[in-house]
Amino acid sequence: MPEKKLMTGNEAVALAAFHSGALFASAYPGTPSTEILESFSRFDGVYAEWAPNEKVALEAAVGASIGGVRSLAAMKHVGLNVAADPWFTLPYIGVSGGLVVVNADDPGMHSSQNEQDNRYYAKAAKVPMLEPADSQEAYELTREAYRMSERHDTPVMLRLTTRVCHSRGLVETSEPETHARVPYEKDEVKRVMIPGHARLRHPVMVERLAELEELSNDFPWQREERGAGDAVVVTSGVAYQYVKEAFPGVSILKLAMTNPLPRRLITEFCEQYKDVYVVEELEPYLEETVASLGLYPKGKEWVPRVGELNVDNVRQSFPELAASTGVEAPVHLAHVEGLPPRPPILCAGCPHRGIMYALARQKAIIAGDIGCYTLSVLPPLSAHDCQVCMGASITMGHGLEKALEMEEGESEADSKGSHRVVSVLGDSTFFHSGVTGLMEMAYNRGRYTVVILDNRTTAMTGFQDHPGTGVTLQREETSSVNIEMLARAIGIENVRVVDPYDLDECRKVLDEEMKRDAPSVVISRRACVLRVKDKDRTAYAVSREECNDCGLCMRLACPALVKRDGEVMILEDACTGCGVCAQVCKREAIKV
Amino acid sequence: MNKKAIEGEATRSVVLAGVGGQGTILAANLLASALVEHGYDVKTSEVHGMAQRGGSVISMVRFGSAVASPLVPYGEAEALVATELLETLRNLEFLAPGGRVIASRTRVDPLPVLQGAVEYPADAEERISSIAPESIIVDAAAIAADAGDARAANTVLLGILSLMLPVGEDEWLAAIESLVKAKAVEANRKAFLAGRRLAEESA
Repeated sequence: MPEKKLMTGNEAVALAAFHSGALFASAYPGTPSTEILESFSRFDGVYAEWAPNEKVALEAAVGASIGGVRSLAAMKHVGLNVAADPWFTLPYIGVSGGLVVVNADDPGMHSSQNEQDNRYYAKAAKVPMLEPADSQEAYELTREAYRMSERHDTPVMLRLTTRVCHSRGLVETSEPETHARVPYEKDEVKRVMIPGHARLRHPVMVERLAELEELSNDFPWQREERGAGDAVVVTSGVAYQYVKEAFPGVSILKLAMTNPLPRRLITEFCEQYKDVYVVEELEPYLEETVASLGLYPKGKEWVPRVGELNVDNVRQSFPELAASTGVEAPVHLAHVEGLPPRPPILCAGCPHRGIMYALARQKAIIAGDIGCYTLSVLPPLSAHDCQVCMGASITMGHGLEKALEMEEGESEADSKGSHRVVSVLGDSTFFHSGVTGLMEMAYNRGRYTVVILDNRTTAMTGFQDHPGTGVTLQREETSSVNIEMLARAIGIENVRVVDPYDLDECRKVLDEEMKRDAPSVVISRRACVLRVKDKDRTAYAVSREECNDCGLCMRLACPALVKRDGEVMILEDACTGCGVCAQVCKREAIKV
Repeated sequence: MNKKAIEGEATRSVVLAGVGGQGTILAANLLASALVEHGYDVKTSEVHGMAQRGGSVISMVRFGSAVASPLVPYGEAEALVATELLETLRNLEFLAPGGRVIASRTRVDPLPVLQGAVEYPADAEERISSIAPESIIVDAAAIAADAGDARAANTVLLGILSLMLPVGEDEWLAAIESLVKAKAVEANRKAFLAGRRLAEESA
């Protein structure tokens, strides 16, 4: 028996891509997809990179495919929104080297701003989609995706979810193959989508879809499990695992290729049963097609459409089905009520804390963004007013400023929108999709202030390098973007750099730049505290003589500051010595 | 090399709970790896990203001859291994009837408690023991510190857990050697054995 290894779905995808002979991979980090590229980058002889964003990553992978190499692009669900432009035209041009686009949805929003169901992206773009249910299938279906991609001249979406990405399971691998680079040949009618060419290509896609549906009907990973009773459950992905446990022994049609859906297979299998159920996470994607076949399935009216599924809520969705299996739900202890919540927080010594505190005290309207700093929205910092997606801080700030000026008139200098609106985003987010926003501000005469929190890494996803760090994913030295020069080149004359540990400087610079009737960029620059090697900083302590327990320092929401029995104290082990609390204290009671 | 695959065993579950940054994922991997060494089919589930910034985290480990769901249903965990008391209380509903809590007597105040807005449940330990009488609550960090590294507190708890599982000491130690950073292997080995001896003495 070949040795099986325990690996996450993400690791299995990376290994399968390598075993398929893929040599090129590009991604922007995003939970739960990040480790795919990190794993792939460690294999011998491959090229792997962090792209500035998902659109760039996908386009680079398209280029590598045209160049004849098996390629991979990986992204989280919202990343495909960014990459949607190439996504919809890519299937028109097809592939040369196989191209697999790994998309990781995050039902339950463990680390995301929404829980969109990206299976609809595969359907909308006419791209075949494979949905593994565990690490073993992630491996097998990635291997199959490369074969399918080249055989049918199409990109293939591998759709994962958090519980496939971040679950470990035993994986048995198959024989690795090497993939000979497909020699480059010019074919502009196939690869240059002017309308005249695209009109020729679209019918090809429609024909391909019909071929793929035939393939889907006979796809070996579509699993028909015949069990007891007169009910069948149609399911896919990790939901299959929950169905197996919630309704042991029931008949299951477990789909692994979910675009195009195998309508003949679904009809033929389900017609043999009296009751048809559909269990899937998020939207009624399978259910819509099953219903369209006249099978009257029971689905989202009973199964939660919001959040993740699990064995418990799947079982509760269909009690009649659970009862028919004769297996009782386990009794369990009641949830202990009234416990203090434990929300994620900015770390002790986080360089975002000081500047976000200063901004909140300036009564700024803060258009925020996606990163650790978004955690400053929670009280007591309460330092975010709006946030929607990567890079939107600068652009929302622009519209906010214009709207506030309309409302308030230009005469009352103190209430000008440009004096109140501040956009805040991190360095990695700025490179991802903030740069065009800065052009919007400069070109369209915005006069508000943009704060770039430059902590020299992509912190939230686990410290990935980016175009500003001077190091690539595969640890090669490279150029780094000079944010100051970039901002000036775009047309922002007022560009200042502050140290977020120097609260007085932050306050002074923010005050000056917010009052200025011109656009400005403030770069708050200090490395992420978790990345600082030199840990021998001295902890601060509260002097009981000076402290009157006013609680002002507590508004920093630092986990090293604690109020016990009414007395403020600093936890010595937790304090990193950043000194921001000492600068907040009006009585100089916090000292080294 | 894996041992012969285990057949005909129903799925069993362990839930590991703690605070982001306490090493819960590594502990789950150690457990999973030891179970694989023993020949089980194993699935785990863990949380990355925002939840790790000091928030509540749980990892799950399931094993048997063929595991389906990576998530543990409520009431199915034979053990809840927790590195913090409040997180122990928060996750008791995963325990099977008669299931055992193995927890560290560690208190990490969440922000609302640090801020003085709400009280940390002062009777956390008593509540755990009254709800789950099979509880073993120890000063895992102190025991780990004696073994050479206070950060190996998780491994002390795994040592206690190890007596509940059919996995041999050698299989555990192999897992520690393959997963823990070289310089921390010795401390983790000692921490594991300290936990295991503690459980043997109280058994």
